[in-house]
Amino acid sequence: MTVNQLITHLNPQVLSLPEGDKTVRGCYTGDLLSWVMGKTRACNVWVTIMSNINVPAVASLADVSCVIIGENARPEDDVIAMAEARGVNILLMPDSAYDICIKLSKIL
Amino acid sequence: MSDNKKLSYCFDVDGANFTSAGEASVKVKKRLREAGFDPETIRRVSIAMYEGEINMVIHAGGGKAEVVIEEDRIVIILTDEGPGIADIDQAMQEGFSTAPDNIRSLGFGAGMGLPNMKRYTDEMVIDSRLGKGTKITMTVYV
Repeated sequence: MTVNQLITHLNPQVLSLPEGDKTVRGCYTGDLLSWVMGKTRACNVWVTIMSNINVPAVASLADVSCVIIGENARPEDDVIAMAEARGVNILLMPDSAYDICIKLSKIL
Repeated sequence: MSDNKKLSYCFDVDGANFTSAGEASVKVKKRLREAGFDPETIRRVSIAMYEGEINMVIHAGGGKAEVVIEEDRIVIILTDEGPGIADIDQAMQEGFSTAPDNIRSLGFGAGMGLPNMKRYTDEMVIDSRLGKGTKITMTVYV
């Protein structure tokens, strides 16, 4: 599955989508950035409520397919701009991280 | 590439600017990708380097990062003039952290930085002196 296809299933708000054809494989959820870098695998979806400026950097370095931010915790515009510049896809949903993971488990 | 097939990049890590931390790692990642390294090697090198950068910003007021790319290995050398690491064995334990609360609120300081650097590299040597600084040398074999 690609991020573009994931979007058609989840219907999230798309905040940045510079690389929508990235492959999606599995999921990791967490807000502590070193845990994310230590535990994610390449192409994972990263589900979090963290939305600060370090999120695009971590997402890029960890090679996640996309970041899904829950609870409508919308990042600032500069975070979204950095995500665009670094090829990081960011989606926003009103659901909790738990509910997002349930939805992902049904489609991944 | 030069005659001995060695490429070297040096970066100043700005200790005052937390939001720009990681720029060196992102640049290195881009250059490794251009050089044709495999994605998992690039991922390991860039995460290890980013964790090191973040550590220098949190604990040492910045420092220097050098990346040397050779035919069979990538070496990352991080040097700072911070307070040094009092107990390296303790610092290597997952979850042990001396980071202040304002750093933790950014999602860092979880005590996973050094363990991640070790996890993603083949060799890691820590040379730390209290009150003088720390030099960490990490090697990833290609």
